[in-house]
Amino acid sequence: MARQITQRRKLFFTALAWTLGMLIFFPILWTILTSFKTESEAIASPPSLFFFSWTLENYTEVMERSNYFRFFMNSVVISVGSTLLGLLIAVPAAWSMAFSPSRHTKNILMWILSTKMLPPVGVLVPIYLIFRDYGLLDTRTGLVIVMTLINLPIIIWMLYTYFKEIPGEILEAARMDGASLAKEIIYVLTPMAIPGIASTMLLNVILAWNEAFWTLNLTAAKAAPLTAFIASYSSPEGLFYAKLSAASTMAIAPILIMGWFSQKQLVRGLTFGAVK
Amino acid sequence: MGHITLKNVSKAFGETVVIPGLDLEINEGEFVVFVGPSGCGKSTLLRLIAGLEDISGGAINIAGQDMTNVGPAKRGLSMVFQSYALYPHMSVRKNIAFPLKMAGESQEVIDKKIADASRVLNLTDYLDRKPGQLSGGQRQRVAIGRAIVRSPQAFLFDEPLSNLDAALRVNMRLEISELHQQLKTTMIYVTHDQVEAMTMADKIVVLHAGRVEQVGSPLELYHKPQNRFVAGFIGSPAMNFFEGDLAKEYDCHAIGVRPEHLRLSTDEGKWEGTVGIAEHLGSDTFVHIDVPGQHSVLVRVPGDIAVKYGDKVFMTPDADTMHRFDGKGLHL
Repeated sequence: MARQITQRRKLFFTALAWTLGMLIFFPILWTILTSFKTESEAIASPPSLFFFSWTLENYTEVMERSNYFRFFMNSVVISVGSTLLGLLIAVPAAWSMAFSPSRHTKNILMWILSTKMLPPVGVLVPIYLIFRDYGLLDTRTGLVIVMTLINLPIIIWMLYTYFKEIPGEILEAARMDGASLAKEIIYVLTPMAIPGIASTMLLNVILAWNEAFWTLNLTAAKAAPLTAFIASYSSPEGLFYAKLSAASTMAIAPILIMGWFSQKQLVRGLTFGAVK
Repeated sequence: MGHITLKNVSKAFGETVVIPGLDLEINEGEFVVFVGPSGCGKSTLLRLIAGLEDISGGAINIAGQDMTNVGPAKRGLSMVFQSYALYPHMSVRKNIAFPLKMAGESQEVIDKKIADASRVLNLTDYLDRKPGQLSGGQRQRVAIGRAIVRSPQAFLFDEPLSNLDAALRVNMRLEISELHQQLKTTMIYVTHDQVEAMTMADKIVVLHAGRVEQVGSPLELYHKPQNRFVAGFIGSPAMNFFEGDLAKEYDCHAIGVRPEHLRLSTDEGKWEGTVGIAEHLGSDTFVHIDVPGQHSVLVRVPGDIAVKYGDKVFMTPDADTMHRFDGKGLHL
């Protein structure tokens, strides 16, 4: 009897999980499907989910009208660049806080996190003015800097959590075994932290890739990434849902594919440290 | 070689003084055990010798050289940690080879030393496994293997057996003692278990609140404790202490009698009491006796004694082995 209830419960929660999953995925599915419709079918009421005349004309038009590859390259440079720069700063920071904490480490960590509690628009004007004065507006360098600053708290926290899981005694053992600091880092710390560093990198690339507030406000044409590419299909000439959807699909496809292949690593990274 | 001297070594963490200033001499080839209750500073002391913690004052001399400000990598010591601290991403072979690789040894020397160590420690069949695929005892042996291949000045053991089950602990205890006999290298061993201390040590250092209470051979500490703390800490089961009128009779503040030095009789004796719990271990029986005006008194008697809960019994201390203490706890 008890087993039956457990089975039923399991079924219920599985169904619930699938429903929630589909609910979350639905807008993406809708966007992808709409990108294969004609403009009139895209706004038809009632809408048809699968039964419409499939077409690739939106993609052709989008490719003709905009230089997708330029936006794509900007996205790659900004997301990968900001991730690498962020890691360069965050790895030593997280290392020192995890392995050589001081009395103030906890406060510093909270202070770092608190910067994420501020609505970005609150600092838009000062950052805009600084960027204007230093000639960073609409430059890849400028966006790499701002993206690094925005995601640095997350990188530091994730790496800190990872490093905290590495027992200090193992590092001490390496020291006792005659390893210098450099060798200790190369032979012991890094191999043990690689999964953590990799999942932090992945998550950060995704976050930077999808970030829209700063990319839309600080770029115009030269450094505009894929988020700006999507936005360019949304306003002046009215709403062209099908083309907008095609642009969106093209913008999210690379990151979606990357996420799909690295999902195991990502889930492990995000839940790491939750249970011992 | 292997001679370690601590001169007025002290350690403080911020305002908290863990070791107030300590002198200690460890001779070459000696098996020295630091023993004491939790928080007495024994592990800290070991870490100071290892160089994993900086000392706040004093000097550490290893094999005739001042090592006070030398990093752990250069002190020529090997350490076995409580958690084994094996490198989880390396095979047993690579774990054992690591210190040799760090020392820049040739592959030929590394292979030979791994073969020797794994033969001594029964690890030959496990060399290609990762630490995660080994049992607790095997992991501990790998940790020891990693320590011995370096041929260090001294081995440091930080409670190496506390993660093992009771039966394995006894085995490993013997293996480590055996290893010491073979290698004749100085060993410093930290434990809170006084049985480990008694069975393994050439010299025991009893620590309490960062101070050395007494240094001596196991039997010296057992027979001639310098104070009440050592008397109570060394010996299992622990010594019984009597205060008040019973002690005054012997012209002291407290007397101490070990459970094995009390004679038990149902007919006559010096002190009277009532039998509480009797723990039958087979070879011995530990009888807890309630004596009016005292704590429960423990008596160790042969295993086949027939006493039961509530029986009236008499105890007589063996005058030769009785210990007398003054008001400050010092032995008289």
